[in-house]
Amino acid sequence: MQQSNAYIITFSVILTVVLGLLLSGTSQLLGPTQKKAVELDTKKQILGAVLDASEIRAMKPEEILDFYDKRITSKVVDAEGNEIEEDEEGNTLIAENVNVAKNYKMDPAKRKYPVFIFHAEGNESDPEAIIVQVYGAGLWDEIWGFLALDTDLNTIEGVTFGHKGETPGLGARITEGNVQNRYQGKKIFDESGEFQSVAMQKGEGKDYEGEDHKVDGLSGATITANGVNAMLENYLKAYKAYFEKLKDDSSSEIAVLN
Amino acid sequence: MSTESAELIEKKPSEALLSKRRKKLISDPLVDDNPITIQVLGICSALAVTTQMQPTLVMAISVIFVMVMANLTISLLRNTIPSRVRIIVQLAVVATLVTLVNEVLKAFAYDMYKELSVFVGLIITNCIVMGRLEAYALGNKPYDAILDGFGSALGYSWIILAVAFFRELLGSGSVFGVAIYDPISGLFGENFSLATNGLMVSPVGAFIILGLIIWVQRTKTGYVEH
Repeated sequence: MQQSNAYIITFSVILTVVLGLLLSGTSQLLGPTQKKAVELDTKKQILGAVLDASEIRAMKPEEILDFYDKRITSKVVDAEGNEIEEDEEGNTLIAENVNVAKNYKMDPAKRKYPVFIFHAEGNESDPEAIIVQVYGAGLWDEIWGFLALDTDLNTIEGVTFGHKGETPGLGARITEGNVQNRYQGKKIFDESGEFQSVAMQKGEGKDYEGEDHKVDGLSGATITANGVNAMLENYLKAYKAYFEKLKDDSSSEIAVLN
Repeated sequence: MSTESAELIEKKPSEALLSKRRKKLISDPLVDDNPITIQVLGICSALAVTTQMQPTLVMAISVIFVMVMANLTISLLRNTIPSRVRIIVQLAVVATLVTLVNEVLKAFAYDMYKELSVFVGLIITNCIVMGRLEAYALGNKPYDAILDGFGSALGYSWIILAVAFFRELLGSGSVFGVAIYDPISGLFGENFSLATNGLMVSPVGAFIILGLIIWVQRTKTGYVEH
């Protein structure tokens, strides 16, 4: 049957309004739960750099948040390695809320860099690892991660990577434990103290045991691997100033690191 | 489809809740008229999500929900939907349902959301959904439409779950994330280890498994493409 134009328009308008209300209603209703889920996810990723994935999986959401509160102290530093507490408008900065994607678009010297210090339970002056955030571009979309450095500020204790749209089974494998574990024990500075970063190599299946700055690559995902390499190099370089400050500053609570 | 128009004519005033005809609505798409293996629809997501069992299960449940609800909604509205804009209306309903699924996943299963959000979004373009709306829900009563949607979604689900089972087992050596290869190789001593097949993790693996399933099925049912 052929309906009049007026009928079609009325029908479309009503349909749009009903569906629109339904969607915005759901979004309102689920908003707070989603926000919590995102927060939990970020904290899980941060902890993932120092804990084994199976340990995190064994914890309930409340336990993870509780563990995070007790063991992680976060701060924000600038490109010179100075701690900053307020942004340009005078708002207090919270490391967990620093939008790394937004900062990525800025001049590296003007970015804010969150630092997460993993320490003994409730005791900030007994650090066990320094976790930094990294961000960059993969093949299709953004990639990000957290990298934990041992107290020598050189040896990598662990990494977690995340991605938005890398190819499943290829580039997306950067989120897998067995890929991330390849970074453990690698070093970012060479023996003379020069910054080297760590880089995935082309091809997969080679053993890079004993090579401090090389990591087995991802077969079929060279561009993602290159993205990961660039991400680590860019951000570790940017954090270098902070690391050096930590090493020099004897009054700092992290001075015990040395 | 000819069988469906024939069913319309023989409809009686009061029909058993699960009459033979209605059972057929559910059972037909499982094997004889399977959306993936016979109609070869919905291949895109069948390749993409099936590297592991768990996301595949979530995807299957999402598709079942979307198809049942979309079929129901369209069937309820079938006499009011203007025929000239019916595709847009179907699209709007499906898109809304898919967004709902996505929002719920984001709130209650964030890990799954991260893994699946792209593919859940792609349910909108899954030919099975639109195909059933256009071919069945627009011309049939709500209850029948629900059964039809459920049947087709189930037919889709069991195939992707079967594909995922083999891909995860052979590609990652586990099922539902539980390691299978490790304990087995443990039985044969320290130095023995079963190698996982990287091909199974890539989409190519899904094509191979799917091809084998279709081969086995068509050998058994004797189905020939015309």
